[in-house]
Amino acid sequence: MRSDPAIRVRGVEKSFKDLRVLRGVDFDVDAGTIFALLGSNGAGKTTLVRILSTLLKADAGTATVQGFDVAGEPARVRESVSLTGQFAAVDDVLTGRENLVLVARLRHLADPGSIADELLARFALAEAGARAASTYSGGMRRRLDIAMSLIGEPPVIVLDEPTTGLDPQARIEVWQTIRALAEGGTTVLLTTQYLDEAEHLADRIAILHQGTIIQNGTLAELRQLLPPAEVEYVEKQPSLEEVFLALVGDAAETGAAETGDAAGTGRTPR
Amino acid sequence: MTTHVLGDTGVLTGRSLRHILRSPDTIITTVITPIALMLLFVYVLGGAIRTGSGAAYLDYMLPGILLITVASGVAYTAYRLFLDLRGGIFERFQSMPIARSSVLWAHVLTSLVANLVSVAIVIGVALVMGFRTGASPGGWLAVGAILILFTLALTWIAVIAGLTAKTVDGASGFSYPLIFLPFVSSAFVPTESMPGPVAWFAENQPVTSIVDTIRAVFAREPVGSEIWVALAWLVGILVVAYAVAIAIHRRKVS
Repeated sequence: MRSDPAIRVRGVEKSFKDLRVLRGVDFDVDAGTIFALLGSNGAGKTTLVRILSTLLKADAGTATVQGFDVAGEPARVRESVSLTGQFAAVDDVLTGRENLVLVARLRHLADPGSIADELLARFALAEAGARAASTYSGGMRRRLDIAMSLIGEPPVIVLDEPTTGLDPQARIEVWQTIRALAEGGTTVLLTTQYLDEAEHLADRIAILHQGTIIQNGTLAELRQLLPPAEVEYVEKQPSLEEVFLALVGDAAETGAAETGDAAGTGRTPR
Repeated sequence: MTTHVLGDTGVLTGRSLRHILRSPDTIITTVITPIALMLLFVYVLGGAIRTGSGAAYLDYMLPGILLITVASGVAYTAYRLFLDLRGGIFERFQSMPIARSSVLWAHVLTSLVANLVSVAIVIGVALVMGFRTGASPGGWLAVGAILILFTLALTWIAVIAGLTAKTVDGASGFSYPLIFLPFVSSAFVPTESMPGPVAWFAENQPVTSIVDTIRAVFAREPVGSEIWVALAWLVGILVVAYAVAIAIHRRKVS
C-alpha cells in the first residue's frame, strides 16, 4: 500500500449562509480501501462529497484526491474520481446502452460500444440494454448509474448513499459491486446512514456529526466505543432482512436450497 | 482538456437531439400554435385587417408568425435544461473531465436545430396556404441569418430560465411574454392603427424592426435602416443574455 492516501481531507469548512454545515473535517482514505462516512440526514455527507468531486468549493481547508488539490487542479481531480450521487443520474430518454456509450465517449475512450456491452453484461443489464432507462426498476437504475461511474476506470469512486431507497436484494447487489471494486484496487468512499451498510462493507468508518468527524476507526475499534445494547440492535436488524430474503428467495445467485444456510451464517464482514 | 470542447459538445448535442427524435411532440406542439394563428388570421380575421400594402395578408403576417414559432420553441430548451439539472445528470457531466461550457452549448445547438425545423415546417404550411415571395437566394440567406440570430438570442434567455427555475412551469413560463410580444408590434397590424402610447411601444420594441426587415426582404423591397435597428437589438439581447447565462452557470458550478 502506498504511503500517500488516495483522499486526504484537512480542516474543510463549508457554510451555506448562516448554516455551518462542515466545521473542520479531517480524514484520510488509503488507496484500495472502502471508507464509509456515516451520518444522519443533514450531517453534511453530501456537502463533503460534492467538495471532493469539485461540484462545490470549500470555504476553508484543503482536500486532495490522488494527490491533486480539488481547488487547484479540478480538471485532474475530475479525471481521478467518479461520483455516483444520491439520485441515479441516468438519462431517462436514452437506453441503458446509450447511457453507457455517452459516458464512454465523453471520457474519450476508444470503442465505446464494446465498453458498454461489457458493463451491461457485468451488471446483469444485458437484456435491458436496449430499453429506455425510464422503464428500469430502482435497483436497475442504480446499477446502471454505478456502471456509468466505472467507465474509464477511475482510481477513486465516491458513492453518495448508494443504497438509499433500494429494496434489500438490490442493496446486496450494490454491496457485491462495491466489494468487487475494492478487490480490483479501486478506492471507494461511500456515505451512508445505514449502520449495517458501513459494518458490512467498510475497512474504516468515520462518523460525521454536526459538521465534524467525531470518530474514525475500523469496525472493531468503533465497536469498543458502543454500549452492548447498541451492538445488539445492529446485529438484529440484518436478521429480519435475511428472513425476508430467505422467504422471497435469491435463487438466481446461489440456488434456493442453500439460501437458508447462507443467510444464517454467511455474513462475515469483509 | 480544452481540445475536447468541440468533440464533447458534439456528443452532448447528439444526446439532446436524440431526445427530440424520441419525442417529436415537442416539435409538433411548437408548430401547432403558429399554424393555428396563421389559419385564424388569414381565414377569419385577415379579411377585416387593412395593412395599407397591396400584398396578400398571409405575406404580411408570416414574419411575425415565424418569430412566434421560435418564441414558443425555446420554452422546450429551458424545460430540457431544467430536467437535466433536477435529474442529476447535469452534475454527473460537471463532475466528469469534460469542458463545462459544452453542457450549455449542446442545449443551445439543439435548440437551434429544433427551431429551424419548426420554422421550416411553418413556412411549408404557409407555402401551401398561398405564401409567395420573390426573394432571391441571398434574400433567403438573410432571412435565415436573422432567424438564427433571433433563435440564439431567445435560447440564451431560455438557458437563464432553465438554470434558475425552481419548477417545471417556471422553466417554460418565461416564454409567454415573448410569444405575446409580436402581437404588440407591426407583425399583424400596422402600428399607425394603434393608440399613441401603444403605438410608441410597438414601434420601439425589437419585434417590429425584425418583422419589418424580414417582410421587406420577402417582398423584395429595400430594407432601409430597419435592418440595422433589428441587428442592434438581436446582437444586444444575445450578448446580454449570454453573459448573464454564463455568469449564472459559473456561479452554479463552482
